[in-house]
Amino acid sequence: MAYITCKNAAFAYEGKIVIDELNFVVHAGDYLCIVGENGSGKSTLVKGLLRLKTPARGAVEFGNGLKSQEIGYLPQQTDVQRDFPASVYEVVLSGCLNRLGRRPFYGAAEKKEALMRMEQLNILDMRRQCYRELSGGQQQRVLLARALCATQKLLLLDEPVAGLDPIVTGELYQMISKINRELHVTIVMVSHDLEGAVGQASHILHLKNKQIFFGTKDQYVHSPIGRAFLGGEEHV
Amino acid sequence: MCELLTEAVSYGFMQRALIVGVLMSLCAGVLGVHLVLKRFSMIGDGLSHVGFAALALASVLHFSPLAVSLPLVIAAAFFILWAQGHSEIQGDAMVGVLSIGALAFGMILIALTTGVNADVNSYLFGSILSMNKTDVVLSVTLCAGVFILYILFYQRVFAVTFDETFAQATGTPTGYYQAVLSLMTAVTIVVGMRVVGALLISGLIIFPALSAMRLCRRYRSVVIVAAVLSPVCCVIGLLLSFFCSAPAGAGIILVQLAAYLLTVFISILRGRSA
Repeated sequence: MAYITCKNAAFAYEGKIVIDELNFVVHAGDYLCIVGENGSGKSTLVKGLLRLKTPARGAVEFGNGLKSQEIGYLPQQTDVQRDFPASVYEVVLSGCLNRLGRRPFYGAAEKKEALMRMEQLNILDMRRQCYRELSGGQQQRVLLARALCATQKLLLLDEPVAGLDPIVTGELYQMISKINRELHVTIVMVSHDLEGAVGQASHILHLKNKQIFFGTKDQYVHSPIGRAFLGGEEHV
Repeated sequence: MCELLTEAVSYGFMQRALIVGVLMSLCAGVLGVHLVLKRFSMIGDGLSHVGFAALALASVLHFSPLAVSLPLVIAAAFFILWAQGHSEIQGDAMVGVLSIGALAFGMILIALTTGVNADVNSYLFGSILSMNKTDVVLSVTLCAGVFILYILFYQRVFAVTFDETFAQATGTPTGYYQAVLSLMTAVTIVVGMRVVGALLISGLIIFPALSAMRLCRRYRSVVIVAAVLSPVCCVIGLLLSFFCSAPAGAGIILVQLAAYLLTVFISILRGRSA
């Protein structure tokens, strides 16, 4: 059974349907890349998958033991975070909040988890540093570690490489691929950076206010939509 | 110097002022970190004006001031929080609307009944030196409650302040914790109005947080520094105003301002040496 099943789902924003006819599945181990131009409904779909928005019609179902609060999330950065005084360790540890239950403070298990995630993302040596003083790429790795603390199953990444330079972008894609292959975490990534994103993914969902393509990457690259969107670059 | 200090603390009204002042500024200091980072700095100002209107109402109806102001200010805090997601008006403008409206309402109410007198002055600038035993017990209980709640919810407060969407997406009931924070803020403001008055209460919320953020780069250190700095400034301010026969509330705020300017100076010096 699939982790996420979208059945003819539509999402509305202020009463107006912005994304429609969504029919796709995400299985354990998949690396799904959601592409589409600005305003094509990507952000709305992200909110829907996080259950911050209920579908206007149709359904989004979670299965295979995935609970909706077990989705790790890498948000687009907000203004608040840029001047926020917090150490890397504090930020990563806050990802463990959904394991606390009714306990007020973190225990040894959560602290161990946070240290392990920082080690996996090569940020252990900067754990005492201030989050706001890190470079954009480092900040994204900190937020990835936090997201991994919140999930073992599925990561939802919203424009993870926006504003990063090409080298750092490449490193981050490698890191995400590694998380997918070695830690067996399912990835759902929203991106407008086509070449980089499509290269890594196993499946593609293309949106243009409705679903205009869903399938494997190979199918996409050889489809008319894929060819047009990728500008004939079939080598990706 | 020592004699003067002993003399100051030997007065019952100074003891009461010090106890309430320290506890209240502790609460305002730690909550202020959250409010400043959430861009809610002026919420103290808005709520205190609602508190002013509530006090005016209480004095007209001959009710106990706290019995009227506490529920009204809590209601206003929840309203501001709710309006965030449900109104066309931006958060800061909403605080302004509420604040100005309440101030005007309170002034009219007072002018039409008792007339503008010493009571009004004490609402606006605090009356910490005229607290009786009942006031002290009530204020101490409220502040202790707020502080204990803050410690127990510390990790949640951090998560909600840093990234509300992430916390919500990963299963934290953020609306509930926002409501608890609003409740704590409202209680702190109501007690704080007694200490520094409706016009100056924002200072107790903003200054310790700003000073602490100048000095520290970790959230926990920021909270701890604000929690220490705020009561220390309060005690110094109270004693100085006692020696100079100056208004206590304004004295406390001026010391807070001085401490902030000092931290600005320190951070500039640090920046040069680095």
